[in-house]
Amino acid sequence: MAGANASRPPRRLVLPEAVIRAAPRIGWALMSVGLFAGIWELLWLCGVTDPKLLPPPHIFLGNFPEQAKFFNTAQRWQIGVGLNTGPSAGMALVITVLASAARVFAGLLIASVLSISIGVAVRYFLVVEKLALPTITLLSPVSPIAWLPVAIFVFGIGNAPAIFMVVVALFFHMVLATVSQIDGVNRNLINVARTMGASKWQIYSRVIVPAILPGLLMVLRLNMFGAWMVVLVAESTGVGYGLGQVIMLARNTFNPSLVFFTIALIGVLGFCSDWLMRLLQRKILYWMPETTGVLRGL
Amino acid sequence: MVSKPFKPISSQDAVVCRNVSKVWAEGTKRAHVALRDVDLDVTPGEFIVLLGPSGCGKSTLLYLIAGLERESGGEVWSFGDRVAGPSPERSLIFQETSLFPWLTVGQNASFGLSIRGESAGARRTAAREVLARVGLTEAIDKRPDELSGGMRQRVAVARALAMRPKVLLMDEPFAALDVQTRAKMQDFLLDVWRDSGASVLFVTHHIDEAVALADRIVVFTSRPRPRDPFSPEAELLRRQLTELMRDEVDRAFAEQEAVAATA
Repeated sequence: MAGANASRPPRRLVLPEAVIRAAPRIGWALMSVGLFAGIWELLWLCGVTDPKLLPPPHIFLGNFPEQAKFFNTAQRWQIGVGLNTGPSAGMALVITVLASAARVFAGLLIASVLSISIGVAVRYFLVVEKLALPTITLLSPVSPIAWLPVAIFVFGIGNAPAIFMVVVALFFHMVLATVSQIDGVNRNLINVARTMGASKWQIYSRVIVPAILPGLLMVLRLNMFGAWMVVLVAESTGVGYGLGQVIMLARNTFNPSLVFFTIALIGVLGFCSDWLMRLLQRKILYWMPETTGVLRGL
Repeated sequence: MVSKPFKPISSQDAVVCRNVSKVWAEGTKRAHVALRDVDLDVTPGEFIVLLGPSGCGKSTLLYLIAGLERESGGEVWSFGDRVAGPSPERSLIFQETSLFPWLTVGQNASFGLSIRGESAGARRTAAREVLARVGLTEAIDKRPDELSGGMRQRVAVARALAMRPKVLLMDEPFAALDVQTRAKMQDFLLDVWRDSGASVLFVTHHIDEAVALADRIVVFTSRPRPRDPFSPEAELLRRQLTELMRDEVDRAFAEQEAVAATA
């Protein structure tokens, strides 16, 4: 690697290397979406789909300001407030997106800290295992939707129940995943530390926790999509700004365009947060070799 | 048979095993005897190869000596102390790479010192010193996955050496390497061993490797010792031993005659 850098000729290209390397991937992503959108547009052109019920992308994405003004969900129902007061349409959209994303990430953060701590404690202290694991296993198959009433009973309406929903959706699975990751740690690594006189605490902090991080981040990444799904349900109960609110509004006002617009937005957000997570993964797990695509040659 | 006339356990012996046995999953349906009545004496600085087919219990014995597992019967001693748990004096090196992938080579080599809470400077110095002994000074800031299999095992040896062990336990450390690398690693190990003065217990199922390395080879067999002195097995054993003994006996006689002639 070092040799390749040293022998590189002086820069001639304007584009940074990262962009050039990512270009084919971005190209394929656009192609993939384009294909899907193209089929949809074609169906509309041929008159197979009703544009009122299944408006094609150029319709629901076309009138951006029209769509964006619905995102002002926090104040539009207040008495004496007109459609045009409050933040501008674009601003409202930004606030809505940020509010939903903040809930997702707050939930992810709380869930991962809680579940990793409890998962490690389950293996560290036998009492914790005996007392906590049966309940956690019992509760883990419960759908997060079932927790919605609980969230409202306990936290009322607002940010707290939405974050609670995200936490509850991830927590149980992640505890079980942490425990199984710990059980999967290479015994040799633990035995090396033992022969070197490491205490139990040292074995956990210096060997087990670093060894389970790759698996846990993978679990976190997979669960992040689940978090995006749950936050919408939680937000539909009323949280001020939130994508769930917009979907609810679209449903109540029978506005398919707004539904599809929001769906597209959530798709983009999910994609971006997955990319962020991959970035984080690479930063924290600097020692992991890149394994994506190893099966491509088969 | 009379009870075996053992010499007493002294603090001079690097490892002493007396009647050691190990039953895995003891008391369950899957109970399985891995070792039965093993006696073994290892003197300081001795290179012993434990030779036997897979699953004969040689690794089990290594784990017992390392203190990673408790014996089901008998006693394991090391330098006058009963082995009750793992100790930095007895380092174990595994067949597969057991380096910590998130640490650099240098951090791996000085891992044991960091467990003891030594300063970063002391760790770095020690890492450089042991890596020099295995010929990997250059690799100190690399990550394990940037090294070849043979280099990784050398780092594992360096990591063990950093603890200044009196006994090096090696569980088929070169099994995953190709033939050429393995031959080189054997030479390398002999150098390191002479250097360190530690006793080595080396497990392998390769006869060539055993012959190339050992002062003494201990063969593991799963067949029981023949109890009937008139059985064909006992007869065969007697004949094999006689063959082995004949040369030694002849030499001893010749020496005695020479001594008698000069007197």
